[in-house]
Amino acid sequence: MFEQIVFYCFAGMLIFAGSMVITVRNPVHAALFLVLAFFSSAGLWLLLEAEFLAIALVLVYVGAVMVLFLFVVMMLDINLAALREGFARYFPVAALVAIVMMVAVGTVVGRANFGLDKVAAPTPRPSDYGNTTELGRALYGEYIWPFEIAAVVLLVAIIAAIALTLRTTRQTKAPKPERQVLVRREDRVRLVKVDAERQS
Amino acid sequence: MNIVPMLEAQLGFLPDPVVTTLIIVLKILCIVIPIMGCVAYLTFAERKIIGYIQVRIGPNRVGPRGWLQPIADALKLLTKEVVIPSGANRFLFLLAPILALGPALAAWAVVPFGSEMVLADINAGLLYILALTSLGVYGIIVAGWASNSKYAFLGAMRSAAQIVSYEIAMGFALVGVLVAAGSLNLGEIVEAQRGGLSIFSWFWLPLLPLFVIYFISGVAETNRAPFDVSEGESEIVAGFHVEYAGMAFALFFLAEYANMILISGLSAVLFLGGWLSPLPFLSGIPVVGLLFLDGIHWFVFKTLIFLFFFLWFRATFPRYRYDQIMRLGWKVFLPITIVWIVVVSAMVVWQVPPWFDGA
Repeated sequence: MFEQIVFYCFAGMLIFAGSMVITVRNPVHAALFLVLAFFSSAGLWLLLEAEFLAIALVLVYVGAVMVLFLFVVMMLDINLAALREGFARYFPVAALVAIVMMVAVGTVVGRANFGLDKVAAPTPRPSDYGNTTELGRALYGEYIWPFEIAAVVLLVAIIAAIALTLRTTRQTKAPKPERQVLVRREDRVRLVKVDAERQS
Repeated sequence: MNIVPMLEAQLGFLPDPVVTTLIIVLKILCIVIPIMGCVAYLTFAERKIIGYIQVRIGPNRVGPRGWLQPIADALKLLTKEVVIPSGANRFLFLLAPILALGPALAAWAVVPFGSEMVLADINAGLLYILALTSLGVYGIIVAGWASNSKYAFLGAMRSAAQIVSYEIAMGFALVGVLVAAGSLNLGEIVEAQRGGLSIFSWFWLPLLPLFVIYFISGVAETNRAPFDVSEGESEIVAGFHVEYAGMAFALFFLAEYANMILISGLSAVLFLGGWLSPLPFLSGIPVVGLLFLDGIHWFVFKTLIFLFFFLWFRATFPRYRYDQIMRLGWKVFLPITIVWIVVVSAMVVWQVPPWFDGA
């Protein structure tokens, strides 16, 4: 009973936030609604006793990805009027695509495959059961090779992305602290003894 | 914690979920109210300590030797008007202080004060802490954007970039702790530090680089001096909270100090053995010996040491330049943490005594 109330609260919040993301006019508001959507889905995962996934979702998506997202959205000057141009013209096509997508998704994850009679309710685990350990065992034991390959692919992507942004021009005036700290007084300052002007 | 079953018996006439909720709310109050008091007196301690460091007296007018100063400050801020700038986004402007304070308080749910004194004894405690401390940045960014002011916006941008950068070093330092302890539960992390050498079996010694990096990253995360470029007075007035007044401003203040206490408490739990006593062999002494048993007073004492460091830093170091902050975080801390995680893993695998031999 209590769990159902919590579920419907989070589910309602998720649907509300999700629809606000695509309908609000202000892009910053949209990004913040996306944050709310992530939070609600994290709450739903917690109800399924998937605490690692729930916290990782908040940690990675809310704590890092959306911060950078907001960062960019705030600095961009998005012209919404231009984005909304031709809304009426493209609406029929968009609606058609949307309906086809909905039907496709509905048939795949619908009652035929994932109905309540097809999937048993997850058995409640004892309170000392942590799925962090279980996930770790699976990732680093059973699936170690796929995991390592994915890690290498990700590493290559990171290095490539950083290499693309490295554009050192000759105009760079940025000082190098590791060289700054090596500066000695003798290299910079020359004390000159100047005799006082002689009165003639 | 014998009070809990007693309370449950007293409230027996209510339905079970209501009793549970009531007891949780009471426990939350038992944590939040002392923290608020600590925040108030931390501001007083800060002004006094920095005053003495700079050979001044500090506040000494309100009450005996200035002891009522924080209460006077709070009353003043409560009675002031909350000014909302005309170009500001009203809803987000008022939401931002709440977003800043909420995570700072919510993270205390998993902090163990004593061997049984913890609100939520969850398995993924360390992850929860990481997730919640990464949320504090929202209050700052939203405040900077909703104020519709250049200074506030610049402060928010600086602080967002800084917090995101230092979070990575902080996360890696925590990975080292979890490798050493073999658990994500904060209580078990403290228990893993128990050993025959008392103070030398705590994690600060085998994880010394991570300990230093964790605390410095914590200072950077809370936007405290010397990393307080987000409110650099000389360049951008007061940074992200320049447009705030009255209680809305006070909430940002509360959040900053609550975060300081949180970082100090976490450093004590993760690296200095939390509630463990540094001198357990002295507990045989009559009367005074009770002080040398494990208990919450050691946790408080260790937290206070770290809080003093925060104030000491502020009185000692000049503000970092922005590009050097970024360099420190990405080019210095990150490589050190990664190297030390490998070292710690090797120590755990080869069961290096006296920390990791399972004794």
